[in-house]
Amino acid sequence: MNLVLKTVLQRLGLGLITLFAVSIIIFSSLQMLPGGYAQNILGQGATPETVKNFNHELGLDRPATVRYVEWIGNAVRGDFGNSYSGTTGTIKRSVSAIIGPRLFNTFFLASMAAIIAVPLSLALGLLAALYRNSWYDRIINSVTLTTIAMPEFFIAYILVFVFAVKLRWFSPLSTVGEHTPFLEHIYRAALPALTMTLVIVAHMMRMTRASVLNLLSSPYIEMAQLKGASKAYVILRHALPNAWAPIATVVAFNLAYLVVGVVVVEVVYVYPGIGQMMVDAVSSRDMPVVQACALIFAATYITLNLLADIISITTNPRLLHPK
Amino acid sequence: MTTAPTPLRVIKARRTYYENVVRTLKTAPISAWFGMIVILIYAIFAIFAPWLAPHDQSEIIGKAYQPAGEACWLGCDQIGRDMYSRLIYGARNTIGIALITTLISFMVGGSLGVLAALQRGWLDQGISRVVDAFLAIPVLIFALMMLAVVGKSIVNLVIILALLDSTRVFRLARAVALNSVVMDYVESAKLRGEKMSWIVFKEVVPNILPPLITEFGLRFCFVFLTIAALSFLGVGVQPPTADWGSMVADSKTLINFPVTTFPYIPAPFYPAGAIALLTVAVNFVVDWFLQRTSGLRDGE
Amino acid sequence: MANDTKRVKGDILLEIKGLKIDGKSDDQWKPIIKGIDLTLRRGEVLGLIGESGAGKSTLGLAAMAFARPGCRITAGTIVFDGMDLTAADEAQKRGLRGSRIAYVAQSAAASFNPAHRILEQTIETAITHNIMPREKAETDARDLYKRLQLPNPDTIGTRFPHQVSGGQLQRAMTAMSMSCRPDLIIFDEPTTALDVTTQVEVLAAMRNIVEQFNTAAIYITHDLAVVAQMAHRIMVLRYGNLVEEAPTREMLKQPTQDYTKSLWAVRKLEKPESPNSDIVLSINHVDASYGGKVKVLDDVSVQVPRGRTVAVVGESGSGKSTLARAITGLLPISAGDISFNGKKLSRALIDRDRDTLRRIQMIYQSADTALNPRQRVRDIIGRPLEFYLGLKGADRDRKVVSLLESIELDETYIDRFPSELSGGQKQRVSIARALAAEPELIICDEVTSALDQIVQEEILKLLMKLQKDTNVTYLFITHDIATVRAISDEIVVMHKGKVVQQGLKSKVLNPPYPAYTELLLSSVPEMDPDWLTNLLKKRAKA
Repeated sequence: MNLVLKTVLQRLGLGLITLFAVSIIIFSSLQMLPGGYAQNILGQGATPETVKNFNHELGLDRPATVRYVEWIGNAVRGDFGNSYSGTTGTIKRSVSAIIGPRLFNTFFLASMAAIIAVPLSLALGLLAALYRNSWYDRIINSVTLTTIAMPEFFIAYILVFVFAVKLRWFSPLSTVGEHTPFLEHIYRAALPALTMTLVIVAHMMRMTRASVLNLLSSPYIEMAQLKGASKAYVILRHALPNAWAPIATVVAFNLAYLVVGVVVVEVVYVYPGIGQMMVDAVSSRDMPVVQACALIFAATYITLNLLADIISITTNPRLLHPK
Repeated sequence: MTTAPTPLRVIKARRTYYENVVRTLKTAPISAWFGMIVILIYAIFAIFAPWLAPHDQSEIIGKAYQPAGEACWLGCDQIGRDMYSRLIYGARNTIGIALITTLISFMVGGSLGVLAALQRGWLDQGISRVVDAFLAIPVLIFALMMLAVVGKSIVNLVIILALLDSTRVFRLARAVALNSVVMDYVESAKLRGEKMSWIVFKEVVPNILPPLITEFGLRFCFVFLTIAALSFLGVGVQPPTADWGSMVADSKTLINFPVTTFPYIPAPFYPAGAIALLTVAVNFVVDWFLQRTSGLRDGE
Repeated sequence: MANDTKRVKGDILLEIKGLKIDGKSDDQWKPIIKGIDLTLRRGEVLGLIGESGAGKSTLGLAAMAFARPGCRITAGTIVFDGMDLTAADEAQKRGLRGSRIAYVAQSAAASFNPAHRILEQTIETAITHNIMPREKAETDARDLYKRLQLPNPDTIGTRFPHQVSGGQLQRAMTAMSMSCRPDLIIFDEPTTALDVTTQVEVLAAMRNIVEQFNTAAIYITHDLAVVAQMAHRIMVLRYGNLVEEAPTREMLKQPTQDYTKSLWAVRKLEKPESPNSDIVLSINHVDASYGGKVKVLDDVSVQVPRGRTVAVVGESGSGKSTLARAITGLLPISAGDISFNGKKLSRALIDRDRDTLRRIQMIYQSADTALNPRQRVRDIIGRPLEFYLGLKGADRDRKVVSLLESIELDETYIDRFPSELSGGQKQRVSIARALAAEPELIICDEVTSALDQIVQEEILKLLMKLQKDTNVTYLFITHDIATVRAISDEIVVMHKGKVVQQGLKSKVLNPPYPAYTELLLSSVPEMDPDWLTNLLKKRAKA
């Protein structure tokens, strides 16, 4: 079989196994409580009768393996069951129905941040690497080191203070609904997107700089210079074809980071995404929602890393042209 | 071989440990000095909080959201507690919790990592696969989920974060230990017939300590920021314990109102700034460490 | 080196005057080249020889007006064909590089871009400098491949660098440097990474093509015997200074400087062999493999006489280092047996008792990795004393000092860390650590390969002295025939996991040879400028 195809399939398989393992971890987190989930929720005063009813109502009295198979089977089809907070009444709220629009909002926000951040940080990182030890490089180094160290909500509140409170360009709250027009959505999501951009640009730029420097120290780059190639030619012809793998790794790593950063940023701006929803569900201990969110976050994280690996594999000349 | 008794003279170490530390510090750049001084000040506030703070962290001394003035010179929080005192206690609580968490995480992850690197085989394979699965879930997300299951409390927070973070420490400890384990000096010790404990503590650990100490700084920052984020989200440290992350969340509405008294900074920026300053300081010191760890030399 | 007279005919091509280059280390500029003059005529091959830190690579790159990052040219002029390169701008220098001055690097595997085909990289300069159209360049490259005796010259260019062997890649790089027919080629240790039998082919190909096109060259190496085959004239460098300069034959016949003589110090050592029938280590029909697949040792039998030195010689992949691992038990053998003092050794290290472990010690190639950087000399040498002999405190320290004396280091070294020792001193400490156990057998795995010639000689002398004093046995693993000649009593020749030959030195090093021994021995460059020419003639006849 083609070596590249084989390696990609192997990597895909590994990704699936990881996803499977993660789903087990997420599912079994519920079983970890010594007294059981119901006892914990209902408190010490709950009678065995109430606990039993509660467990039965949620299906917790059936064997874990059966429930896992059911849960994951439904999850694959996009059905994450019903939210606990709605089950006491007659109306049941399905988790998927709650998540759906919020998932869109979150991806909207993350994409906005990514579209600005990725090209910006790649360019800044490349410049810092090319003009290593210049004043530009030194300043960028201190600034990014400082930005990396800051909590997301600090950056967010500084932006709110400057752009919403003082300058009044934006609203401090990014409320969007299902019927918000596209451009309006962009405008309202601008501050949270800018926050996330600032958070990941620093990281991504530093990683880009490091991997470009690593690449440029290869003997074949020196060889190209000794063959009289111009700087631009060396970069485009000799560095770039070998740069896809490290660049993909840097981008994937930071997009994964962005997916996590979205939680805090959504809470600051009261932006209706799944990050904010997950935090609410954690507070009310609405487990089906929490598990669904965790699975979505983890799956995104795994997919991004998988993509980076596949790009690395498909651009590796040793695999493309085996002996 | 000559066995004639040689008179033994006292041969002094060329430089004492203390002299080395002084020499090293003299070469530190300004940013590293800034970092070290900031860390020192934080440490003093954290250790001597009860003596330095004018009020207790849960003592109500004024009206809700009382502006800064003579009685409380950074103002009061949403139920009238002294911001300044809570900021000082916050140093103790927030840094303390993060430090304990990181220490546990290093003890667990570090020892397992070294063990896996030395033993290899099924033990290494087993732990590594489990860790790989955990690494595929972002820490903040997993912590949120676990806190939903076991409920919010400081002990739960510490245990969950320490365990999650130890998977990251495991990976690094294993990698650096593997680098050391393949060295000829370890093989030489094996050939001599040394016990595992000697190989671990005398041959491997001294060599992996510098990268691990650097990593400790970075992991501490990460844990510290994660705890701050969780507290900010309302699922971390719970009231009435003073904590910077939750203080930001509690006072966040104040950002929308102009501050008319000195120093004219909205309240949430004090705890948020306190968090940022510490992590920046630690990062500056770590950055300096990273630049000079390649040298294992005695002084020069 | 066929035509010595050619060099006087040519015009001056390159003239370097008063060149000084600084390098940055620990944030300080320190001189690497301390004022060197160099003249090169058209068609002349100049050898630059020196040991590590001599500045020869830096000087070679300076001939292209190129300074590596962290280096800067501080003084002097570099005039190439009438043009002062130190005053030239980047565009002018770029115009020369690759087209008129070309470079051949030490590691071809690292210096070829993994992402492009070999042919593409061979003709790259010719095309980017607009020297010839693509088609012509491609045809020419195939012709060069043929001249360099590469296999399948018409198709090898379509392959990627990782698809061909090291020796072939090195020749392809020579073709690459030749593609614009430069006036000058800088060869920077081009054969150092190759096995000795491959080296011969590459040397022959390079010399041949340089002669065919009458190209001037600067040949940089640390191996005097190699440079003697290539260069008309030799410059000896040390610590950034010129030590001596002379035409090759003169330099070999009568070097004027002691330092130059020391460059072939090891070749002048020769221990008289002495047979002994008392066998201390007996290896019988041993097989071993990593992971159970390919046999790395295949039916190996070796007898090691007490108090003597048995040299195990072979190229990379011969299994000589694996043999050491099998004896020590690090790699348990899969068949056969190993007896020590007449008693069978347990296959695995873990089953051997402490006294057996004490009697067999090992010294490694790289003292940098063999000595724990976090331990002082006191503990490095003291540990076996404590572990095997139970010495403690002042007794232990006294013994450490006496061991230091026996390796010719004084007691002030006892508190040093390995990083505070020179390469030779580190290797001495490794030897002392082995001696501390009072062993009967010491396995020396390439212990001199990473050292400069003069240090090698000192270490070998020390080992011989210690053998005389303690009657210790050495199993000496090496790829270097000069070292073998210097210290061995018996020789074992290994090839692809098998023993080709074992016997007394006088027998193995003299005809009649088995085929592989002959190939190996004849491939070792000798201090004779005509050696390569004669060898090629002889091989062509056979």
